[in-house]
Amino acid sequence: MAVTALATAEGKRPSRLRRLEDERWLALALLTPTAVLLGLFIAYPFFEGVMLSLSSTRVGEPGHFVGLKNFHKIWNDSIFHTTMWNTFWYTGVTTVFKLALGLWLALLLNRHFRGKAIIRAFILLPFIIPTVLSTFAWKWMFDPTFSVINWTLFQLGLITARINWLGDPDLAMTSIIVINVWRGVPFFAITLLAGLQTISPELHEAAAIDGARPWSRFWHVTWPLLMPVTLVVVLFSVIQTFADFQLVYVMTGGGPANATHLFATYAYQLGIGTGLLAEGAAISLAMFPFLFIIVVVQLLYIRRVETR
Amino acid sequence: MIEGALWRRWVFYNIPLILFVFVLLFPFYWMIITTFRPDGELYRPWNAVNYMPFWTNDPTLEHILYLFEETNFMRWMFNTMFIALVSTVISLFCGVLAGYALARLNFPYAGGLGTAIFVTYLVPQTLLFIPLAEIIRNFQLGDTPWSLILTYPTFLIPFCTWLMMGYFKAIPKELEECARIDGASRWKAMVYIVIPVAVPGILSSGIIAFTLSWNEFIYALVFLSSPDQKTVPVGVTSELIRGDVFFWGPLMAGALLGSIPVAIVYSFFVEHYVSGLTGSVKG
Repeated sequence: MAVTALATAEGKRPSRLRRLEDERWLALALLTPTAVLLGLFIAYPFFEGVMLSLSSTRVGEPGHFVGLKNFHKIWNDSIFHTTMWNTFWYTGVTTVFKLALGLWLALLLNRHFRGKAIIRAFILLPFIIPTVLSTFAWKWMFDPTFSVINWTLFQLGLITARINWLGDPDLAMTSIIVINVWRGVPFFAITLLAGLQTISPELHEAAAIDGARPWSRFWHVTWPLLMPVTLVVVLFSVIQTFADFQLVYVMTGGGPANATHLFATYAYQLGIGTGLLAEGAAISLAMFPFLFIIVVVQLLYIRRVETR
Repeated sequence: MIEGALWRRWVFYNIPLILFVFVLLFPFYWMIITTFRPDGELYRPWNAVNYMPFWTNDPTLEHILYLFEETNFMRWMFNTMFIALVSTVISLFCGVLAGYALARLNFPYAGGLGTAIFVTYLVPQTLLFIPLAEIIRNFQLGDTPWSLILTYPTFLIPFCTWLMMGYFKAIPKELEECARIDGASRWKAMVYIVIPVAVPGILSSGIIAFTLSWNEFIYALVFLSSPDQKTVPVGVTSELIRGDVFFWGPLMAGALLGSIPVAIVYSFFVEHYVSGLTGSVKG
């Protein structure tokens, strides 16, 4: 009796819940919120961005279709050339330094010593503190008149006159690179450290017994095993650096004389600053081919790892 | 580990490590010391005789008081906190469900959808901010917290989904099957059996999502305009710089106080943060 009652109760359950017993319906239900948000605020803006970049829209002035005119215009724009060169230089140099210094720091941390946990917690601070806020501290340190860096160099006898860090295009770019490296090294160090910890110490001991010097132990044992993590970390970092905005916006705003723009800051200046929405959108989209290549490389790599 | 003589350990390990820690932390020290330095000392040229960079003899609270009395700083803190919390909750909700579906269910196009979410994970905010600003305006969301609460999940959800997929994949299938044999529905098995086991993953994604939304800048800069709607990074940038004049004291005080909530959350969950960070780069 009780059993039948239970069975009918089961049978009367709303059909919606029963549908969720089917894996396909459940998956659909679980993925809908994500699909709606990402469709509305990534796919749709992407489509709108392409349309915008092919139009003559300005703030308060709905434009019309003009084909590739905006792309043609930025292609012949000398500031855009500087921007492009800056972005590749900035991405390349910072990535090399972040990888080298991050790996060094990871190797330093990959031992047992007192206070390791607390040091690891502290060195991640540059990465977790909001970038804009820590960049202001750097801007104040690089201030031409009140710079503590100038003071230190002067006290060490390395300079006799002040260095105008943010007033000279090359120095400004160098300053920005320093800050980006400062912010990125902890991320490289902590993720590479996690990679190092998966390498068995026995491999090192075996190589040492075979007479390998520390350098060749690193080069022939550690580095090849660390390669997969390194590649993913580098690709992530390259994307973030290539599309960077905050650091340059705070430090120089693209100046002096538009010499330190990256794609994002130049797009902001034209699109939001002067209201040339269509051109701004075109400059943003100019990042797309490069980002696309990186994403494809990363996808191919992941697929290779998964099928292995 | 093969360790050498004491001096070797100092030269090759301890001294480099101390230098690293010094350089990585010095800007924060500089932030703190500037916050408490009186203006008279702050604006003393670097080559002045009495320039005293690393210490101050008469610390002051004037910059912090300025921040509270002359600007909307408390309001910015509240805005940032509210936006970060709500968008984190939304992203966790979506990310956990999507991660579960992609990691543990068989359905058509699962692979393609997984790839699509991974690709959106790599879309930087700076690619879409101009068309998105137009869309936000058309939806009448401009200059409201909702413009950020609804757009932050676009970079948080892919991240949470990706991270949660890793955690869900590591949970053995048998766990769920046992529950289903005992009569639990698929939905119940997910909510009561699998998701509780993945709580460390949820914590990790939540903490990273929170710090990421606290850090976000360009959307907040473009979508918000009135001073009392701003978030801390945008408010500090736009209200404490007038033309070419930088209010360095209050600026550094704002940077310091604005970092504290993130630092507190981080300090409580360092291990979760680190495991999330390292999990996020595992292919």
